Amino acid sequence: MIIANSPTILSVQGLRASINGTEILKGIDLTVRSGEIHAIMGLNGSGKSTFAKVLAGHSAYEVTGGSIQFEDKNLLELPPEERARAGLFLAFQYPIEIPGVANTQFLRLAYNTVQTQRGKEELDPLEFDDFVREKMKLLEMKPDFLDRSVNEGFSGGEKKRNEILQMALLEPRLSILDETDSGLDIDALKIVANGVNRITNKDNATILVTHYQRLLDYIVPDFVHVMQAGRIVMTGGKELALELETRGYDWITANKQPVAGVSA
Amino acid sequence: MSAVLQSLVNQPYKHGFVTDIESDIAPKGLNEEIIRLISAKKNEPEWLLSFRLKAYEKWLTMSEPEWQNVHYPKIDFQDISYYSAPKPKKKLASMDEVDPELLRTFEKLGVPMHERAALAGVAVDVIFDSVSVATTYKQKLAEVGIIFCSISEAVHTHPELIQKYLGSVVPVGDNYFAALNSAVFTDGSFCFIPKGVKCPMDLSTYFRINTEGSGQFERTLIIAEEGASVSYLEGCTAPRFDTNQLHAAVVELIALDNADIKYSTVQNWYAGDENGVGGIYNFVTKRGLAKGVNSRISWTQVETGSAITWKYPSCILRGDNSVGEFYSVAVTNNYQQADTGTKMIHIGKNTRSTIVSKGITAGHSNSSYRGLVRIAPTAEGARNYSQCDSMLIGDQCGAHTFPYIQVHNNSAKVEHEASTSKIGEDQLFYFSQRGIDAEEAVSMIINGFCKDVFQQLPMEFAVEATKLLSFKLEGSVG
Repeated sequence: MIIANSPTILSVQGLRASINGTEILKGIDLTVRSGEIHAIMGLNGSGKSTFAKVLAGHSAYEVTGGSIQFEDKNLLELPPEERARAGLFLAFQYPIEIPGVANTQFLRLAYNTVQTQRGKEELDPLEFDDFVREKMKLLEMKPDFLDRSVNEGFSGGEKKRNEILQMALLEPRLSILDETDSGLDIDALKIVANGVNRITNKDNATILVTHYQRLLDYIVPDFVHVMQAGRIVMTGGKELALELETRGYDWITANKQPVAGVSA
Repeated sequence: MSAVLQSLVNQPYKHGFVTDIESDIAPKGLNEEIIRLISAKKNEPEWLLSFRLKAYEKWLTMSEPEWQNVHYPKIDFQDISYYSAPKPKKKLASMDEVDPELLRTFEKLGVPMHERAALAGVAVDVIFDSVSVATTYKQKLAEVGIIFCSISEAVHTHPELIQKYLGSVVPVGDNYFAALNSAVFTDGSFCFIPKGVKCPMDLSTYFRINTEGSGQFERTLIIAEEGASVSYLEGCTAPRFDTNQLHAAVVELIALDNADIKYSTVQNWYAGDENGVGGIYNFVTKRGLAKGVNSRISWTQVETGSAITWKYPSCILRGDNSVGEFYSVAVTNNYQQADTGTKMIHIGKNTRSTIVSKGITAGHSNSSYRGLVRIAPTAEGARNYSQCDSMLIGDQCGAHTFPYIQVHNNSAKVEHEASTSKIGEDQLFYFSQRGIDAEEAVSMIINGFCKDVFQQLPMEFAVEATKLLSFKLEGSVG
């Protein structure tokens, strides 16, 4: 939702980043305010996922220019774990597997680390168990999820649900969902989208990185940005996603003017 | 390897202090005279001296093994002192008589002795350099007929058992280092569980090498009679010296019908510094004979220390339906080298063995799993399952697997699985994106990786092993 005068959570200006000497992000500007949902769309290789990882602080990328302000913090000065503790959350496109580590153990460690940072009480294993089971209902997850090793042998859908479960537990100020819709069948997509919708509120913000309009049928964005060759080349409302769905991306190169409000 | 990773692995060794205790040290060098001296010092019977001399003769005809995947300069066996004992060397009746300096040492090591032993319910035999200095709980164990004492004591009090079993599983000429041990061993633990007795507590031995330039050659012998069972724990540390020290131990286990022996080791000998200077050469022969029907021998080891580890705790499954198990975690860092694994020799019918080996390599270290599974023609219906997993931290280390499988019976079933994984940037990024710092992340990944082995350890040891591993790998990930 767009709220008048709501505080800015994220302000990105002229962001440039490269990996192994190749520049991927070539000057990104983006402002995200509390309560808003932004979708970033674009073809493979346009830099969407890189942008998500750079925001989270992945060490493989070198930031070569620009600034990222996250609430009152200069994000570029913080290592990834402090960005996370400050309330920035990234739902991974490919969540890693951790054999031998029970999901509940991992979730509790993450939860308690963030709680401590916020000056709140840690939960012991029993308290946490009650708490996490409640959250799991949001995502229609079975209880045996807790005892299985983190992401090991999970189906694509289960992995993505596990990501959103973490989002629900950690209550971030800003969530970045990197291709959360990829590899999901329509039922799983609805469950995940429904989970996200119940987590979003006026006090947090969400960035959805996606290829397809499909996800945006269920999580409705306030803004749609199109990325191309490391830049945001067009910004519009939710209608822009529909237009992309029917017209593809080609026409944008020819006409880089914002087309907010144009209906498909 | 990133900086965080590196700083995580490179933590100083905390057991590297030397205890200032006067020692009785034999002059360096090995010859018949030294062997006679050791034997005389220990007031040994003639048969034991001839056991030693026979081993020495064998040893002279053998050459150091070279097939293992480790590299080190030739050992000068004449530059080692073969006997070092803390003075005074009189027999001790209780822990109160132990040199207080020695007790402080064990306190520093966190050895659960004394009242802590009582709380933990663990009977401890402590081997300092090569001599057993204290055995706790002897009295209580004696009530149920269990003999638990130093092997040199047992030579005098139970010569018939020693004579019968010593060298019966690992013959004097078994291999180069076993022959050396048989010639010069100075002490070790002896444990005898009589028929039908389940040992009421875990038995434990702590080994400590203290004197520079001395070797440690201890000998452990454990016998479980029909229907008996025991869980035995072994821990090891050593101070930091710039010279390499040799540790060549022999452990023999014998399980009769329906007996069960579980032997767990947490080995943390000094590993040398970050440039590979100093550290213990841990060349050990451990073997269990599952002699009786339905007997079981289980080895669990967590190997974190030593400059070089060369050991293959093995099971000879002679009794029908006998079971052999080997659970191992081997961690190497800096310039450590490990060539370790097991041998499962199936002779009896329906014998079963399980091998779970987890190797973690960091820094410039090198780790090899070497295992033999052999099914003899007589081993009708034998089964083996082996699983060897390696985890690499950084890109300067190496992991190798050498499985040897020899099947001579068509009804046998042998399975081998192997995997290699790597703690990489992406894994650590996942943790850090959840607010978890690199150290905790590595500890969690490693403990998850080792879970199948750790859950085989007795509770107390499992906690220690978990801590040891995090400590060991601190600074290695990033």
